Amino acid sequence: MSRMPLPYNPKVLELFRNPKNLGKMDDATVTAVAGNPACGDMITFYLKINEQEIIEKASFESYGCAANIATSSIVTEMIKGMTLEDAWKISWKSVAEAVGGLPSIKFHCGILAVGALKRAIRKYYKEKGVTPNWLQEELSFEEKQALEEEELARVLSKRMKLAEGK
Amino acid sequence: MVENVRELLKAHEGLKREVYLDIENSSFVPEEIVEAMLPYYNRRAYGNPTLTHKPGWEAFETIMENTQKIASFLGCKTLEEITFTPGETEANNLALMGAVLAMKGKGKKIVISEIEPISIIHVTEMLQKYGFSTTKVPVNEEGFIKLDKLKEAVDKETVLASFALANNEIGTIQPIEEAIKMVKDKNPEALFHTDASDAYGKINLNVKDLNVDLATISSYKILGPRGIGALYIKEGVNIEKILEGQIGTQKLWPGVENTPLIVGFAKASELAFKNFDENIRYMRRLRDKLLDGIMERVSDIRLNGPKGDKRAPDNLNISFLKCEGEALTIELSLNGVYVSSGSACTRRLLQPSHVLIAIGRRFEEAHGSILMKVTRYHKEEDINYVLEVIPKAVQRIRGITGSTGVER
Repeated sequence: MSRMPLPYNPKVLELFRNPKNLGKMDDATVTAVAGNPACGDMITFYLKINEQEIIEKASFESYGCAANIATSSIVTEMIKGMTLEDAWKISWKSVAEAVGGLPSIKFHCGILAVGALKRAIRKYYKEKGVTPNWLQEELSFEEKQALEEEELARVLSKRMKLAEGK
Repeated sequence: MVENVRELLKAHEGLKREVYLDIENSSFVPEEIVEAMLPYYNRRAYGNPTLTHKPGWEAFETIMENTQKIASFLGCKTLEEITFTPGETEANNLALMGAVLAMKGKGKKIVISEIEPISIIHVTEMLQKYGFSTTKVPVNEEGFIKLDKLKEAVDKETVLASFALANNEIGTIQPIEEAIKMVKDKNPEALFHTDASDAYGKINLNVKDLNVDLATISSYKILGPRGIGALYIKEGVNIEKILEGQIGTQKLWPGVENTPLIVGFAKASELAFKNFDENIRYMRRLRDKLLDGIMERVSDIRLNGPKGDKRAPDNLNISFLKCEGEALTIELSLNGVYVSSGSACTRRLLQPSHVLIAIGRRFEEAHGSILMKVTRYHKEEDINYVLEVIPKAVQRIRGITGSTGVER
């Protein structure tokens, strides 16, 4: 185990102290989760999408560090008023930029936030039973990373359960 | 990067009180200890103690007098049993590597517990590359080593056993006398080391009575200056040095002795042992007030480690469920309460504390753990303030967690 300095920038600190769009949304059109509490990193997004496929409202809840909270919060701000097609184009790098940069060991927080967003968009179309032509079938980088992190958590907790039996 | 840190510090302006409880990771040095050290930087005894001039002889006298103090608090037979090192990490490295080097040809097995300090675990992992194997004795849910498993683990090939007297994270005080007896009964030649950094000055400890071969102590854990610790090596026990260089007054650690730090370490020891029983009672009372107060005010928490006499008097370790530890430490810091969390972020994963996992905590329980240590310098009002801040901080972070997170 190693510890590294975490010089969070003022934007991250501000979003940590006063997160925007925090909380469960009762009338959400779609809800998506990414991450796992065992990883110390989990995000839920709630999106309200109108008939023109524009995100009218977005909110989040997050179990995670300051970077996790800040990136989730900024994503909800970035996507508000966007079409789903435009929201899909958001990359984790643009999220990291929007919060003024992240320490390298916190890149995965931005990746997870975008992974959760893309999952929400995919889920929306799946529930609707349509696939727009811009929505690639292959999982995006961020979705794959989220899956990998969740898989890692499953392996770890399985290993722990085995260890308990000794 | 440092610009960001300046902004983070600015966010702390105007705090009405500040309470530092992260004695595990570094400590403030009380004024009276700093004052005791200052003359030795430039007024007297600043020479090298092995050289033939007045400042050198002054240094020699100062070092011997102050070593004697530490040796007597520890219960040493002679002051030659003390070797100063730059800290607990280095003393543990010297103990383990020095012992196995000296025991060459007698066996390649080491026995430790699952909850030893990181430095002990890392040295044993490094020694694997040189053919040594390590057995980690499991602990129960309060962190006590399973003695029957220890008995099974020791055999004629065992050269070294190392068990911390008091665990640094959860305060568990091990039945070390029984462990030593058990190891020596099965293999009288095996050396027994204890990291006593969290015991020295906090629980009764006498190395002669314990009959331990090697013991590590640390200065900052008793509020002395950082940069100094010591290894007790019982008279007659041979270990090899692990660093090469100019040997001075100490056979096992090269380099120029740091007189002011030795004075500071001795002064910190004096203060810890003066009114020892009263100090312990005071720390225990503050710690219990903190524990009871948190239990009263915050739901969904778990105490990590034992309750009562078998826990180091200063140690408190609590898991706050549905509350991520790093976020909580930042929130507490912004409110003037300085603590650490057991988990540390690596590239992808939050690494839970190996100690908490060993006592059976789930990952998400370990991630919400907060370690606090009280000192005799803390006041009742400090604890009241912490009890005011913690419930609000936990509530705010849990508000962000919402329905995400811990699912059971």
